[in-house]
Amino acid sequence: MTSDSVSDRPLISIDLALPTDLDTVTPASAANRPGTGTAATRRLGTLVAVMLTALAAFGLVFSAEDVVQGSTVRIMYVHVPTIWVAYMAFLVTAVCSGAYLSRRNRSLAWDRVAGASAEVGVLFVAISLVTGSLWGRLTWGTYWVWDARLTTTLFLFITYVGYLAVRRLGGTQRQRARRSAVLALLAVLEIPLVHFSVELWRSLHQEASVANPNARVELDGLMLFSLFLGVVTFTLFYVWLVLHRQRVLALEDTVADRGLDEAIRDRRNEAVG
Amino acid sequence: MRARIALAVARKDLRIEANSRVLTNQVAPFSAVVMVMFAFALDNDGILQRVAPGLVWLAVLFSMLVVVQRGFSVETADGALDSLRVAGVDPAAIFWGKAVALMAQLAALEALLVATAIILYNSSLDGAAAVVLAVVTIVAATAGLGFVGILYGGLAAGARGRETLLPLLLLPVVAPVLIGATRATEAAFGAGGATVSEGWPWVGLLAVFVVVFGAVGSLAFGPLIDE
Amino acid sequence: MDHAGFILLSWVLTFAATGAYARFVVRRGRDLAARATREEMPWT
Repeated sequence: MTSDSVSDRPLISIDLALPTDLDTVTPASAANRPGTGTAATRRLGTLVAVMLTALAAFGLVFSAEDVVQGSTVRIMYVHVPTIWVAYMAFLVTAVCSGAYLSRRNRSLAWDRVAGASAEVGVLFVAISLVTGSLWGRLTWGTYWVWDARLTTTLFLFITYVGYLAVRRLGGTQRQRARRSAVLALLAVLEIPLVHFSVELWRSLHQEASVANPNARVELDGLMLFSLFLGVVTFTLFYVWLVLHRQRVLALEDTVADRGLDEAIRDRRNEAVG
Repeated sequence: MRARIALAVARKDLRIEANSRVLTNQVAPFSAVVMVMFAFALDNDGILQRVAPGLVWLAVLFSMLVVVQRGFSVETADGALDSLRVAGVDPAAIFWGKAVALMAQLAALEALLVATAIILYNSSLDGAAAVVLAVVTIVAATAGLGFVGILYGGLAAGARGRETLLPLLLLPVVAPVLIGATRATEAAFGAGGATVSEGWPWVGLLAVFVVVFGAVGSLAFGPLIDE
Repeated sequence: MDHAGFILLSWVLTFAATGAYARFVVRRGRDLAARATREEMPWT
């Protein structure tokens, strides 16, 4: 057997499909099947569910309408927390990517958390863009405005969609980790540069806009509380999601490795037998 | 020493291009066709003249994707890039060499496209100041695009699905170049009433981009192709 | 409530999207865990 000049290059690419023998496994009820949950995550998950319900109650019912915006402020209670969580998620991705690259042979766990966090971040930024667009339609009369903040957020979304695509490019887990880590750190540089450029650009073309996108909204006690509740709730939700997702990624990597080992073993057996 | 290696890499890339003539036979005609298509789509001389700078740089960006992909497919096809690395060549030198080669090709393309805009869209460079601005803009934008193109080209190189991924990765990153170069070129052409002096701050933005990605690319290129 | 449509749409989209993703992650976890040994799941 010829030896590979580059170690770690996979001999075969593994297509991760569900095992066909799953039907023969004794069916356990969904709740009893082991998975990525632990007692701690179950407690956290319950807490998040309760808080989400509370948020809906406060956001949609108990809190008052805004003096200026009327009831459209209620969208803020989901829009603001989701964008906050998205920014935080991408920051986590950048930090974990930096940690992974900072020393040779760092644990791939850093890479998996980076990937999981980015995935949740993309989800939340997408939600934020949509809810923000709906809010804009109601307050500004338009679904979209090319101001610096919105445009940069859109770029953030596109950039990290690209990041997720790069993670699926194949190759070894270390290759994936290194590529994505560099890309995440490049994004840290690129996003502020884009923001600065767009701000410069838009400041020159101050067309008469219906409303100032940067207008500060005055929130009273219960409204402020609802917003705060939203931020805390979605942050905990993010933590729960990332905990599970990065465990799933660990399992994906493990099963892929095992599949690879088995394939190598089978090939060796063929050669011998 | 490193500069000599970079120059050798640049000369190699340019010689490959000279032999295959992909730029002159395929990419340049492609970008010219793109310019023609813009005219069909926009169907109005006044509008065309107004947006000519943007169209020029859009055509440059789309053509750049082709050039970068070509540049790396040549390298990875026979493991040439790996061989360079295994031979212990400084990755930063490889980065600068390939970037310079890309810049040379892009600059030629941009000059062609500016000329095309002058002919097809009735744009004009009135006075020496406008010409100077146009030239400096081309230099600055090209430098930035060269660095970014090689950096992201290296990231996607040698991977399945590279072709469709490179545009998605690269185009958002070069948005500052598109914004800066277009505004500066508008000033040079006098499009939309812009004056030449308004263009120079945008050249500043381009310069920042060049410095950032020149530095970062030198550092990041090594780890990227070290696989 | 004015604009109830848009407001409820925002909330429903938010909850539905995050809920669907949560469901996907948990189910994927269970499917993979069925093929994994206890040592491979250090959180258990």
